[in-house]
Amino acid sequence: MADQTDLLKNYPYDPTANLGQAVEDEPEPTLSMPPKRFALWLFIVSIIMIFASMTSAYIVRKAEGNWQDFELPGVLWLSTAVLVVSSFTVQMAWNAAKKDELGQVKAWMFVTFALGLVFLYLQWESWVRLVQINVYLVGNPSGSFLYVLTGLHAFHLITGLVYLAITTVKAYRYKIHSQNLIEIEVPAIYWHFLDVLWILLFGFLLWSHMS
Amino acid sequence: MAEIAHSAALDVHAGHAHDHDHDHEHHDSFWTKYVFTTDHKMIAKQFLVTGLFWAFIGGAMSMLFRIQLGFPDANLDWLKPILGGWIQDGKLDQNFYLALVTMHGTIMVFFVLTAGLSGTFSNFLIPLQIGARDMASGFMNMLSYWFFFLSSVVMFISIFIETGPAGGGWTIYPPLNALPQANPGSGLGMTMWLVAMALFIVSQLLGGINYITTVINLRTRGMSFSRLPLTIWAFFVTAILGLLSFPVLFSAALLLIFDRSFGTSFFLSEIYINGEALPNLGGSPVLFQHLFWFLGHPEVYIVILPALGITSEIIATNSRKPIFGYRAMVGSILGIGTLSFIVWAHHMFVTGMNPFLGSIFMFLTLIIAVPSAVKAFNYITTLWKGNLVFTPAMLFSIALVSLFISGGLTGIILGNSALDIQLHDTYFVVAHFHLVMGSAAFFGMMAGIYHWFPKMFGRMMNDKLGYVHFWMTFIGVYAVFFPMHYTGIAGFPRRYYSFTSFETFSKFQDLNVFISIAAFVTFAAQAIFIVNFFWSMYRGRRAPMNPWRSNTLEWTTPIEPGHGNWPGEIPTVYRWPYDYSKPGAAEDFIAQHIPYSQTPESNLAHEVDPVEAYDADLTVDTHAQHRG
Ligand code: HEM
Ligand SMILES: [Cu+2]
Repeated sequence: MADQTDLLKNYPYDPTANLGQAVEDEPEPTLSMPPKRFALWLFIVSIIMIFASMTSAYIVRKAEGNWQDFELPGVLWLSTAVLVVSSFTVQMAWNAAKKDELGQVKAWMFVTFALGLVFLYLQWESWVRLVQINVYLVGNPSGSFLYVLTGLHAFHLITGLVYLAITTVKAYRYKIHSQNLIEIEVPAIYWHFLDVLWILLFGFLLWSHMS
Repeated sequence: MAEIAHSAALDVHAGHAHDHDHDHEHHDSFWTKYVFTTDHKMIAKQFLVTGLFWAFIGGAMSMLFRIQLGFPDANLDWLKPILGGWIQDGKLDQNFYLALVTMHGTIMVFFVLTAGLSGTFSNFLIPLQIGARDMASGFMNMLSYWFFFLSSVVMFISIFIETGPAGGGWTIYPPLNALPQANPGSGLGMTMWLVAMALFIVSQLLGGINYITTVINLRTRGMSFSRLPLTIWAFFVTAILGLLSFPVLFSAALLLIFDRSFGTSFFLSEIYINGEALPNLGGSPVLFQHLFWFLGHPEVYIVILPALGITSEIIATNSRKPIFGYRAMVGSILGIGTLSFIVWAHHMFVTGMNPFLGSIFMFLTLIIAVPSAVKAFNYITTLWKGNLVFTPAMLFSIALVSLFISGGLTGIILGNSALDIQLHDTYFVVAHFHLVMGSAAFFGMMAGIYHWFPKMFGRMMNDKLGYVHFWMTFIGVYAVFFPMHYTGIAGFPRRYYSFTSFETFSKFQDLNVFISIAAFVTFAAQAIFIVNFFWSMYRGRRAPMNPWRSNTLEWTTPIEPGHGNWPGEIPTVYRWPYDYSKPGAAEDFIAQHIPYSQTPESNLAHEVDPVEAYDADLTVDTHAQHRG
């Protein structure tokens, strides 16, 4: 029974696994997907709601006028590129796991992790540039929003990095292989999501600073 | 040990569970069993007890401000031992009055009627009623409780700090709650409020993700969505509402934290204090209200939907009739859930919003009355000509329907943007939401406790005490909240410390005295419940397997289910949960796990078990012989 305490670990979950009798004359089993991946998607929904509400607040506030104009730091293009590349590398790690090439899994995880750190550094750099053009956290909300939005995304990216690190440790313990893909699938999907989230956010900011 | 033998005699399975406990679970220490448990049933009890604790604190606070409102001239020195410095010269401190109102609202809405109600019953009933061994992740579930606990600790400590807890209303509008100068509670008290609520949101998200994942993925064989008990539908939609709206409250709180602690101006602009201008420019306080009510309105349905789900189950069971309009009930839960996201600005009609926008929100708001009315009608038609069994849970459920209707009607009045100009922020609003949300959801919680107590603790609550508790509470809440409609129409604003300085209001002082006395009596009546609750836990009559002769799966578990719920296999589900008083059937209920092949006498034409459809005659024959 102890194993039952965390059913996320017990996929595929089959409530009738311990049925002694033949199951042919039983009703259909209910729809079921890996609970861990499903829970991740729900978690992603809640993150989307945070950013959706923030950007809505941004739009509403901007429409009221008294909105300071300035150029977005160009370094954000570079950081975007870095994050896109990291999405490819995490995919390589996932693919390697499918083929049980553990060495490659570890290598690609390291590359992804490093690219994540580079991204964070570039985001920091963009804040430095903002300060140079006298846009501060405290001041007109157009600047404050930019700091909060990028900061909030960076915070989520850090949680992604922690997750990647944990997964890498698991790779060293031989827990990641083609029979146990869920272990790498979940962090990889999360990382892809953080990438897409940033691209959307960056697109939104570009659009806002153009119009 | 004698008790174990006793329950084993009642049911073989129960014996199983106990053997099991004793043979294999010696490693369950006090800590893993009662504190850091991953068993959904124990976590539910943790939520319940914490919720009841908060209900006591929140209720006691309302007693304090009712003393002030009913008896403004009374000498309150006798309260000094509890309130200390908040009583000066026999009078309640005015800022502390505001803090009491604020904390009462926060505690009741979030800690009692969200965590205490939905936390308890979602946790307890989802796995038991869908046929699962536990939640999808017991660990996340445990975290959910402990985040709630931490949040409770922070909120509780904030009551005792020198400047007092937050005092700007449970809706924490800026600038009042953004500027420490605004009110003593707006300093450290408000900071702690925000920290506590951030932890609370984390707890809600962890819980909600778990509930949704469990309902979708861990249903037992045969438990299709169209066979889910309405309780589960309600908890499921509630969890979705929480998942979508609590992150928005988080955004609002985060921006408020930046305004408070880092000097940004998201919500602040052009403010003068004592003739001095603050540096903040360019913020918008109305923006905060949009963010807050985008959570706030779904939140009121997060509070009421579980209560409505519980009611559906209890009313059908105790009317011995199928629920009327199962599909309409599901449809209205979904409809209410969807609509609740597009009506939030009805709380903001008087913020100077564009009147055209106001009429759009008025229109959308009034539509929500339709699915609400569908639910009310379906409860009444379920009761109609039923063989009603008036258990305390049933009485609380019927009363919930009454309260939901009385409070819902005034919602339609408030939803008119023109009428709301007069009524906004008066006691009319207080009457509205205390009937439709406060009392109705509280009654749902009580109904749930009386109904599932036997499953939670293996013993029955005392009926007689339950009836006394019910009637005192039912008459009590109407006596308290109904008169508030009059004071509200007369123009009494809410959240005022005292009305004695307004000549027009003095003629209502009698009414305020009446309300206060009714409130004291109602609060005192809750002691009956508390005594009954704890006494029955240890001394109550032992519960039979299925005390209410109910159809749902939780009653197929042993009387005191162990971790994993069913000692053997999980039952399979063959039918919907509302086969009560089916024509032709031997008993007036047929539980969900009974195959059609065992009930040939009552089956309708299409009701055949999946494979037996090929070979119906044969199956029916064998079983008929079998039954002899
Ligand atoms: C027929 C459906 C309903 C309508 C049309 C409706 C309409 C309204 C309106 C217009 C207000 C704002 C009044 C004002 O501040 O001036 C209001 C307040 C409120 N309603 Fe309702 N309501 C309905 C049902 C409900 C339900 C089912 C609940 C809870 C379960 C609820 C809980 C509340 C609460 C808590 C407030 C006050 C919030 C505050 O200002 O502190 N309402 N309602
Ligand atoms: Cu509302």
